[in-house]
Amino acid sequence: MRGAGYVWKRVAFAIATVYVALTLNFILFRVLPGSPVSQISRVPNASPEMKKILTQQFGLDRPLWEQYLLYLREALHGNFGISYTNRQPVLDNLVQAFANTIPMVAAGTILAIMLGLTVGVVSAVRRGSATDHLSTNIAVLFYAFPTQFMGMMLLIGFAGVLPSAGMSDPFALDATAWEALLDRLKHMILPVTALMLTLYAENALIVRSAILETLGEDHILTARAKGVPRHRIIRHYALRNAMLPIVTMVAMSLGAIVTGSILIEVIFSWPGIGRALYTAVLKRDYPMLQGGFLFITIVVITFNLIADLLYYKLDPRITT
Amino acid sequence: MSTTTVNQAPDSQSPYGFWPTLRGVLQQKTALAGLVIVAFFVIIALISPWIEPYSISEASCGVFEAPSRAHWLGCDDGGVDMLSLVLRGGRISMIVGAVATLIAIGIGATIGVLSGYFGGWVDTLLMRITDYFLVVPQIVLMIAIAAVWGPSLSHVIIVIGALMWTGTARLIRAQVKSLRERVYVKRVEAVGAGHAHIIFNHIIPQIGPLLVANTVLAITVAIFNETALAFLGLSDPTAVTWGTIMEHAFDRAAVSSGAWWAIVPAGLSVAFLIMGCYMLGRSIEDALNPRLKVSYLSTHFWRLRPLVGRGPDAL
Repeated sequence: MRGAGYVWKRVAFAIATVYVALTLNFILFRVLPGSPVSQISRVPNASPEMKKILTQQFGLDRPLWEQYLLYLREALHGNFGISYTNRQPVLDNLVQAFANTIPMVAAGTILAIMLGLTVGVVSAVRRGSATDHLSTNIAVLFYAFPTQFMGMMLLIGFAGVLPSAGMSDPFALDATAWEALLDRLKHMILPVTALMLTLYAENALIVRSAILETLGEDHILTARAKGVPRHRIIRHYALRNAMLPIVTMVAMSLGAIVTGSILIEVIFSWPGIGRALYTAVLKRDYPMLQGGFLFITIVVITFNLIADLLYYKLDPRITT
Repeated sequence: MSTTTVNQAPDSQSPYGFWPTLRGVLQQKTALAGLVIVAFFVIIALISPWIEPYSISEASCGVFEAPSRAHWLGCDDGGVDMLSLVLRGGRISMIVGAVATLIAIGIGATIGVLSGYFGGWVDTLLMRITDYFLVVPQIVLMIAIAAVWGPSLSHVIIVIGALMWTGTARLIRAQVKSLRERVYVKRVEAVGAGHAHIIFNHIIPQIGPLLVANTVLAITVAIFNETALAFLGLSDPTAVTWGTIMEHAFDRAAVSSGAWWAIVPAGLSVAFLIMGCYMLGRSIEDALNPRLKVSYLSTHFWRLRPLVGRGPDAL
């Protein structure tokens, strides 16, 4: 019974967070100095009449609370406005960009988790050995490399060998589905590698210390005393208990993944959501910027909720 | 002074005291290495105007000229000496990192102490706010705010500082909550000390080392975010920072002209500074966390958790 209560509490909090993000989005772009009309009518010969018409057209003459309700209603209907740059609905643009982002970010994140888990477990189990020192120091170095630096180094190193920009070859006109897939995978190699290298290090360090903490617990001593084989202790006793901090780590690193993917998409010209946000900033495309901010926030909140529920499944003790 | 006697007994046992921590930190080679790295960069930043070989605003060689005897690190797209730029770039990068971190730690520590000390509805309210900021993707919010306000260094500092405090708040809250239950705090409260007195004289000194570790680790995130925002063109484009140096290089096609020297020095500087801060911060944290000192599964020797004492005379 308490468990169900916990689940509902998390869901309610997620919805409340989305609402706060919606409101913040409204305040951020409206209450801050500078009326949208004064920006638009910066064209020469903008007459007071034109300003008045624009103000009426955008509904800016109505009271703020009415604007806010209108905004909420439209947002709930999935209407985030029209992009200034390509005249398409913002939501369509965002959904398309997001669909491009998912395979790249998912591949990079999963590889980073796998690599981080392996490196972390190996160095925790061989604590104090040369392997541990080497892999920990390398991880710290990779943790310290700025994402854009890593991306640019990969670009310089592999520019001629692997495709370095975009998502597909624009000159492959009549490619079969198989060839198109192969082409897409080839274009993914560099961005995925960059994302993996920037993310794995933190995972490895967190896994290492989580496992080290678990290995100091009494039940490991008992398992040793019972004569449980080494690999079984690691896999079934240490790793299982260390799963909790690892799940938290993955959930917490979602923000970092978003950041990393923005920089990586910009560097490798990947037409994903991060690049959409970047071009929106450059072109002062406020509807896209607003919609993109909201979209990414909702995605991150959703994944956090999933992580919370997963955490509950792994450890039902956390109902408070 | 009755309070000092009350204070002293638990202090000598507490793993969070100032001197035991410092001793624990200095025993580690990583801590010393980190300290040396950080000190090196701070000194360079302080004396950079006097050791720069060339001007940082005027051209002194060709466009993207490769490293040579005269220009150790080559030149950027405007023929400005790279070595001078990188030496100077550390200054603003570090100031941005440090000021943003101080803002973040200030907010985080205040919220953590208030929330952990008073508990009840204060705790609930503050933690709800913290939860919210923890979930919102910060860099995206930073981009949105920086884009609305326009690119400027002070905006970058404020935005990073105002969004980075959540981890600190949670950590400090947990610590303060456990400190609050200690006998000596209860005792001081029973003798009639006020909240302010307890917080400033008994709580804050105890969380001091943890706060220092957290500050040092937070600087890495702040510098990271500064380079990311600069790379996206949201920092002051005229300021010379490690972030803007890399952004300029990328913008002016250093990648396609193969001019790695325009990118590598700034990137490596960021990496080494972050590595130094990380090593230092981690060592302080390790010295504070006794759970990490025992492992029942080490390859080289089989070791029991010592019952009494430490080091060679442990039983």
